[in-house]
Amino acid sequence: MLEFIVRRLGLMVLTLFAVTLVAFAVIELPPGDYLTAYAATLAASGDTVDKEQLESLKRRFGLDQPMYMRYLKWIWGVLHGDFGYSFGWNKPVSELIWERMALTVAVTFSALIFTWVVGFLIGVYSATHQYSAGDYIFTAISFIGLGIPEFLIALVLMWVGYRYFNANIGGLFSQEYQTAPWSWGKFVDMLKHLWVPLIVLGVGGTAGMIRIMRANLLDELRKPYVITARAKGLRERHLLLKYPVRIALNPFVSTAGWALPGLINGATIISVVLSLPTNGPLLLNALMVQDMYLAASFILLLSALTIIGTLISDILLAWLDPRIRYARR
Amino acid sequence: MAAEQRQEQLVVAERAALREEGERVFVASQWQLMWWRFRKHKMALVSGAILILLYSVALFAEFVAPYDPHKYDVKFTYAPPTRLHFIDEAGRFHLRPFVYGLKQERDPKTMKMLFAEDRTKIYPLRFFVRGAPYKLWGLFSADRHLFGLEEKDAVFFLLGADRMGRDLFSRIVYGTRISMSVGLVGIGISLVLGVLIGGVSGYYGGAIDTVIQRLIEFIRSIPTIPLWMALSAAVPKEWSPLRVYFAITVLLSLIGWTSMARVVRGRFLALREEDFVMAALLVGASELRVILRHMVPSFLSHIIASLTLGIPGMILAETSLSFLGLGLRPPVISWGVLLQESQNLRAVATSPWLLLPGVAVVLAVLAFNFVGDGLRDAADPYAR
Repeated sequence: MLEFIVRRLGLMVLTLFAVTLVAFAVIELPPGDYLTAYAATLAASGDTVDKEQLESLKRRFGLDQPMYMRYLKWIWGVLHGDFGYSFGWNKPVSELIWERMALTVAVTFSALIFTWVVGFLIGVYSATHQYSAGDYIFTAISFIGLGIPEFLIALVLMWVGYRYFNANIGGLFSQEYQTAPWSWGKFVDMLKHLWVPLIVLGVGGTAGMIRIMRANLLDELRKPYVITARAKGLRERHLLLKYPVRIALNPFVSTAGWALPGLINGATIISVVLSLPTNGPLLLNALMVQDMYLAASFILLLSALTIIGTLISDILLAWLDPRIRYARR
Repeated sequence: MAAEQRQEQLVVAERAALREEGERVFVASQWQLMWWRFRKHKMALVSGAILILLYSVALFAEFVAPYDPHKYDVKFTYAPPTRLHFIDEAGRFHLRPFVYGLKQERDPKTMKMLFAEDRTKIYPLRFFVRGAPYKLWGLFSADRHLFGLEEKDAVFFLLGADRMGRDLFSRIVYGTRISMSVGLVGIGISLVLGVLIGGVSGYYGGAIDTVIQRLIEFIRSIPTIPLWMALSAAVPKEWSPLRVYFAITVLLSLIGWTSMARVVRGRFLALREEDFVMAALLVGASELRVILRHMVPSFLSHIIASLTLGIPGMILAETSLSFLGLGLRPPVISWGVLLQESQNLRAVATSPWLLLPGVAVVLAVLAFNFVGDGLRDAADPYAR
């Protein structure tokens, strides 16, 4: 087990390194360097461009140095919590991202839990009531759920809320809590708003979970030990929960790994539609105005988040199911 | 006695039919078997028909759309969908559906401009009418449209009009061309990359395989949308629409090839051990011949199935990117570009038909999913 974890950790470090390369490429992608763009916008808005200041910025980001030096400089900063400077906001990036990232994690994580719980319950129901009306209805819903893009669900929900309830269901906080510091009231207020993004994000993932749970449990229920147990007069509830459900649960853990990138994808888009104070709107805006340090930091952190999540789910799975840690040797 | 005899005859006939059926299965080609299998999947059949319809619409967009999608008229800003009627004021039934004229009135209370039907004018809907001239595929000049109104001064908006008074139905029809082809072109590039890289990985195995597998795992672990957003934001603003289109498609397939490579690798690994591959190698066939002549045909069907399942992802990605304003940009028309208008919640609240391009997206995605499912089941006709 220890060996497995160590090997996976080593692999994760490699992947994280690759991610930093990608994020750095994002910084370097736009044609020209961003300082000239920054100077141009300053000049356009009538501000005087301070030569001194430009020079000092140039030195700070190493624009006069070769690319690999710039990379080293940037990564050194990142490791020390300095993600660079956002020219769009005139603030260090690290001041902008953390609260947004925390909310992103909160939304994504609750969506994952929602997906699991609902997917599990409906999956078990569908498998134990195979070919019943309920099973057909859930199957149909899950097929449609897989086919509808999240942002469309978000749009339709927004429209319904606006049109028929005359309420804006976007956002994570009510007006009075928007800029207020964190408090118990703000937390409760967030919970009240959280259900919309949860449903929107959860529909696609839940649909997948239902399919998986149903298929696995059906396979398990046909096995002879289940028949034996039933023949011996075990109560149906007990019989179901004792082994078949436990075994069918394994893939749930492993799906967390691939569900995460999907959830983060979805969260990014729907947060733009629902104007959630998470990473999406800020990332989109940063990309639009070529505020590349901010954009790259988001990409770096989101990818790192996914990779760590995948690692945790891998370790959990190996701990649950010994076959995996031996097979992958 | 007679009844018994008849029974016996029936049984004999049944057996013969069964035998014939069995023989038919034995002599049928693999593709025939796959078709028989696919035919049983009713949803896949229906979806297949929908896909054919969508691609025909995409192919003949100029002909199917009643109006030029770029023709704007601020008079018709957010005109609601025109209702088709069969029964007129006098209660007479018309076999040919007709529309009433469109007139505008000011609401006496709110002073807002409202559209209303002008019941004094009746315009029948006709097939193959002459309308705005166009060039089909940029080659053939024509002015016939699939349907429309003959009278020049009359207008009808089957699915309403947008912010600039453009006909939404015509725009969705033109959007079909871009959105549906992005999927095809993107999956084509993914196919080439996936088969090449996956083939190398699966055929040679060893260190190359490990490196490629790690690479694939890495690409799959990055959340794609943020990365796509960053990459497409880097596409220069001054590029021509066609160049942007290809840039976006290439971007989508740069990440999309991984699942294709996985399928190909898995198949190669499984087939490498098969006797017929060994036999071909022993009689001196070259490696390339073994791959192309013996291995590829036996997993072609699997590739087609996963190709079909890969297209909806591409369509969704293009739609999402364009929706966010990072993908294709107007004047190019794709479903995502059309949906961009529905980001304005106030506009959607008063003119909900702006969400209709989304219905097209869902229809296409579901159809591809069902056809892909059917193909996947049919891909291995010998299983079960």
